[in-house]
Amino acid sequence: MSDILISAKELSVHFPLRGFTFGERPVVRACQGINLDIPKGSFVGLVGESGSGKTTLGRAMLKAAPISEGSVTFTDTDVTYDLATLDGQELKDYRKRAQLIFQDPYAALSPRMTVRDIIAEPLEVMKITKTREETDARVREIAAMCRLNLEHLRRFPHAFSGGQRQRISIARALVSDPHFIVADESVAALDVSIQADVLNLLRSIQEQNHITFLFISHDLSVIAHTCDFVAVMYLGNIVEAAPTRKLFSETAHPYTKALLSAIPSLDPDDQHKAEKLEGEIPSPINPPPGCRFHTRCRFAKDRCKTEVPEWREMSEGHSVACHFAEELA
Amino acid sequence: MSDALISVQDLTLRFRTDEGLVTAVDNVSFDIAPGEVLGLVGESGSGKSVTAKSLMMLNAENSVYDERSRITLRVDGKEIDVLSLQRPRDQIVIRGGAISMIFQEPMASFAPAITIGDQMVEQLLIHSDMSKAEAKKVSIEMLERVGIPEPAQRFNQYAFEFSGGMRQRAMIAMALSTKPRLLIADEPTTALDVTIQAQVIELMKDLVDEFHMSILFITHDLGVIAQTADRVAVMYLGNLVETGTVRQVINSPAHPYTRGLLNALPKLNDLDAPLTPVPGDIPSPLDRPTGCVFHTRCQEYIGDVCKQQVPEYSFDSGNHQVACHLASQEKSA
Repeated sequence: MSDILISAKELSVHFPLRGFTFGERPVVRACQGINLDIPKGSFVGLVGESGSGKTTLGRAMLKAAPISEGSVTFTDTDVTYDLATLDGQELKDYRKRAQLIFQDPYAALSPRMTVRDIIAEPLEVMKITKTREETDARVREIAAMCRLNLEHLRRFPHAFSGGQRQRISIARALVSDPHFIVADESVAALDVSIQADVLNLLRSIQEQNHITFLFISHDLSVIAHTCDFVAVMYLGNIVEAAPTRKLFSETAHPYTKALLSAIPSLDPDDQHKAEKLEGEIPSPINPPPGCRFHTRCRFAKDRCKTEVPEWREMSEGHSVACHFAEELA
Repeated sequence: MSDALISVQDLTLRFRTDEGLVTAVDNVSFDIAPGEVLGLVGESGSGKSVTAKSLMMLNAENSVYDERSRITLRVDGKEIDVLSLQRPRDQIVIRGGAISMIFQEPMASFAPAITIGDQMVEQLLIHSDMSKAEAKKVSIEMLERVGIPEPAQRFNQYAFEFSGGMRQRAMIAMALSTKPRLLIADEPTTALDVTIQAQVIELMKDLVDEFHMSILFITHDLGVIAQTADRVAVMYLGNLVETGTVRQVINSPAHPYTRGLLNALPKLNDLDAPLTPVPGDIPSPLDRPTGCVFHTRCQEYIGDVCKQQVPEYSFDSGNHQVACHLASQEKSA
């Protein structure tokens, strides 16, 4: 394994609920005891249903969500940051090195700014470039990388289609020359024909510039095609993590299996019944005790209801949190 | 063809806008047989929702139907000319009577300040001669049928108290309680998680068999289509480019656009296959390309004929239709 760029150890993110004056305030346990290492230059996928905490985990890694317990360590060639205590000038520096691409390219771009200004804004705010000429040169360079031409830079976002807007968002994230990018559902709002284009662009940027990506998506087939390594989240826990191929060929966790079988097959003759997952994801305010998945798991036994499964490595690089993973794999 | 439940012939629909007339649907024809599930696929902006809304005359005030357009609904041995229904009381039959619709975003489709139960009862009172008590009983039964636990309590709750999957189930229950012949499902699973999507798809399949109704299933997800539809119609920029059975269209796509959509899709059984996007973007409907509407993005473009002539439909033996010059050349060669 190559060097680790960002590493979460026993990370928990809790959001206390407002409006409860008496007694103990209820707490939303969005992430609980997460361990995840992201190697330099890798393309790591994070998958899970809505409400599983994948966005919160991504934000905690950018210090955009509070770190309640545990630690997140960012180790670049020249610096090491402990995100839980990061502030001041160091936090500003971290913002240059770590960036976020949002889901909805219609909401993420200011309608009153030209594309040039949108892409140049981070350079000005972070005082990366000194002169206007320098800024323009940098904007043009990044725009070319994201296949936007000079004519595009003068226009406003409303003149662009969804795929083009997403390329503008990518350019804006890239302009400060980050080493780590969190792409949060960056293709979920796009049509399949355009989605493939944006995925290919992200992949080529990652390869050319050696940027490390955390790619958050609810779509396992998209993850399978773009990521080297996948972590599966359920209700604030990572339940399984493995190199992509291993995850698909040696699926161990019942939740991952259910997710995989729920993807509709493109073969009309393949009318397999999905391994039906009953019910819905429980509330993270009051998660089930023991294994958090036991309320929906077909294989749940008494042990699952009381004992939290240990996060353990099954084979090289393949970790899982399930009492019976070996028997089910 | 006259045994079809609904026949759409030469549907052409334009919208009056400040920039002039915008063609949203151009010369679209298709039939849906009783008990059949027709999948309508296309990118955003291809006109699939507008086509579906035409069946219920739900398009906005500024819509203009071409005079050649015909939509014929056949129920109880009667033929109804849908586009001639102008008064709201005549439209009852196509709005919740014989045709019901479920929408993509169930939160936006329920009134937030009225309980789910009251909304279900209201439409039953309009569409049937049930008493209020009967309507309540039927509504609770329907909620139970779609798998909502404790339906009697749920009946008195508001939409915000339901989760996403439950809301979509309630939406389906509401749409089906009037026993429509045709259900229009506009991206019903797009906003749901895959696990919930699988539940909803299974429920819809069971209900088609049980109620023997037809479904017009609109989606951009070819995987969902493969698992639900009997026949598929592919739309691009207001035109129907290909129709056929689900096996014909997915296993041997005849139109370059259909092939492009399939190639752009990430496939789980072949992780090494590159993702090939359809190049370019869907053109603005204000500026429709001449000839074949797809020629600006087509990778199998065969020259001026594509730019100048609108392709005719060509059929093969199995009623697999395609509108493409390349396909018709191959056939005549």
